[in-house]
Amino acid sequence: MSGEARQYALELKDIHKTFNPGTINEKVALDGLELQLEEGDFVTIIGGNGAGKSTMLNAIAGVWAVDRGSIIIGGADVTGLAEHRRARFLGRVFQDPMTGTAATMSIEENMAIAARRGRRRTLKWGVTKEEKSRYREMLKRLDLGLEDRLTSKVGLLSGGQRQAVTLLMASMQRPKLLLLDEHTAALDPKTAAKVLELSDEIIRENRLTAMMVTHNMKDAITHGNRLIMMHEGRIIYDVRGEEKQKLHVSDLMAKFEEISGGEFANDRMILS
Amino acid sequence: MILLALNPLSLLRAMPGAVAQGLIWGIMALGVYITFRLLDFADLTVDGTLATGGATAVMLIRVAGMEPWAALLVSFAVGMLAGMVTGLLHTALGIPGILASILTQISLYSINLNIMGKSNQPINVDQYRLVVSSRYISGDALMKLKFYGGVILGCLILVAILYCYFGTEQGQAIRATGCNMRMAKAQGINTNFHTVLALMISNGLVGLSGGLYAQYQGAADVNMGRGAIVIGLAAVIIGEVLFGKFCAGRKMAFAFTMVAVIIGAVIYYAVIAFVLWLKMPSDDLKLFSAIVVAVFLSIPYLKGRFGRKGAAKS
Repeated sequence: MSGEARQYALELKDIHKTFNPGTINEKVALDGLELQLEEGDFVTIIGGNGAGKSTMLNAIAGVWAVDRGSIIIGGADVTGLAEHRRARFLGRVFQDPMTGTAATMSIEENMAIAARRGRRRTLKWGVTKEEKSRYREMLKRLDLGLEDRLTSKVGLLSGGQRQAVTLLMASMQRPKLLLLDEHTAALDPKTAAKVLELSDEIIRENRLTAMMVTHNMKDAITHGNRLIMMHEGRIIYDVRGEEKQKLHVSDLMAKFEEISGGEFANDRMILS
Repeated sequence: MILLALNPLSLLRAMPGAVAQGLIWGIMALGVYITFRLLDFADLTVDGTLATGGATAVMLIRVAGMEPWAALLVSFAVGMLAGMVTGLLHTALGIPGILASILTQISLYSINLNIMGKSNQPINVDQYRLVVSSRYISGDALMKLKFYGGVILGCLILVAILYCYFGTEQGQAIRATGCNMRMAKAQGINTNFHTVLALMISNGLVGLSGGLYAQYQGAADVNMGRGAIVIGLAAVIIGEVLFGKFCAGRKMAFAFTMVAVIIGAVIYYAVIAFVLWLKMPSDDLKLFSAIVVAVFLSIPYLKGRFGRKGAAKS
C-alpha cells in the first residue's frame, strides 16, 4: 500500500529450534517457522500443546538462541542479541503472574525498572518524584485501588493485580512488540476477562504491535485483527481482517480435529 | 549446683569485647545479607575474603607503612576483587554459585599465605595508629566512648551508603536480579553484570570487616575467616527473627533491616560469650554456631510443612 520496501514490525525467517538434540528427549519445537507482522498487527495465536506457541515467543524474546533462521524486529536483526539486550524492543507478560514482577520490590520500583528498560542503569535515584505521580495516574486508570499503594510490595498483590501491573510495565517505553504468553490462563474467569480488556485498551491506545498466545478460542477470535494456528513448530493457518471476524469457534475446532485426526497427513494438505 | 560456681562478674567483663567484635563482624554480616538475601546466592567466598582483608591490612601497615585507615580501603578493594572472581566463575564460566565461591575460597587460602608469608602476622597497637583495637576497650572512659562511638558511627554510615545505593537504578537492578531473574532479563537488566557487582560489593564489605578485625585482635591469621559465612548467616537470621516484624512495612525498612543484621551479629557474640561463660569448651563453638544456624534456617520450612498442625494446637 505504501512503499515497496516494506518494513515489517516482526519478521521470522526459517526459524528452527530443537531441544535436547541427540538425546532421548529430543524435541523439534520450531521447524522452519515463518511469520511477518505488519505494524499495528494484533495477532492471536492458538494451537495444541507442544505446537510451539510459547516457544515462538521465547525465541523472539531471546530466552535461548535459535538453531537456525533470523529474527528481525522493526528492521533490526536481533537474532544474535542476548535476552536483556532485546528487551528494549519488547514488552512481555507471562502466564504465571509471579514471573513478570519482582515480588520483594514495591509497585513503584517495579514500574521504574520497566521505565528504564533498554537503558543503562546508573547511580541516579531509582524512582524520581515525577515518576511517582505519573505512576499514580497510570495505576488510577486500572481502577484496582493500586494508586494508593505505590510503596506496597508487589508480592502482596493478587494474581490479577500483578498481571495488570505487568501489563502497564510492558507497555512502558512503547515496545516495538508486545508478547502476551497466555497471560490470563492462571486467572479466574472474571479477572481474566478484565485483564484481557485492559490488554486490548493498552494495545489500542499505544497502537502497539502485539502477539497473544491463548488457549481460549473465543478470545482468539474476538481479540486482535489476525489469528494464527500453530502445529508442530509451524504456522498452519493464518487469517486476518474480516475473514477472521467471521470465524466461529466451531471452525477452529474443525481445524483442530483435522490436524489431530490426520496426524500423518501433510500439513500443506490441511492448508489447502 | 554448677551455676553457683560461675562468676557473674566475669560474664559482665566479657560483654564489651563481645559487643565490639559483634559490631566489626556486623559489617561482614551486611555483606552476607547482600548475597544471601538480596541476590539469593550462597556465597562461601567470604571465609577466604575475611582473611584476605585482614592479611592485606596488616601487611600494608607493617611493610608498606600505610596508614591503618587507608589500609582498610585496600582491604575493601581486594575483597571486591575476590567477589569478582567468584562472580565471573559463576556468570562467565557457568560454574554453579556455591561451587564457584568454594573455588575462590580455597584459592584465597593460598593467596592469603602468600600475602603474609606465614600463617599468622601480628600487628602491634603500640607501634601503629590502628583504627580499632581491643586495647581501646580496656582503656579509660573517653577512649571507650571514642571507640564505641566511632565503630557505631562507622556502621551507621555504611548502612546509609548501602541504603542509598540500593535505591539507585543500579541497586534496584541488583535487587531485581536477585528477586526474579526472568523479570530482570525481560526488563533489560544484564543479570550477569549485576550478579558480579553484588558479589563485589558484598565481598568488599567482608574484606573491610577482615581488615578491621585484624587490627582489633592485633593479628591477621590465615584461619581467621573459617566459618565466617556461618556467623554472617547467624547474624542475618537473628536480626530477622528478632526485628523482622519491627522492620517490615516501615519507611526505610531496608535500612532498619541492615541495622538489625548488625545488632544480630552483636547478639551472636553476646550469646557466644554467654555459652563460654557457661564453661562450654571453645572447641565446640563452631558446632554450636552451626546447629543454631541450621535450626533457624529450617524454621520457615518446617513452619510451612507443619504450619497447620501448629495452628490447630495453639
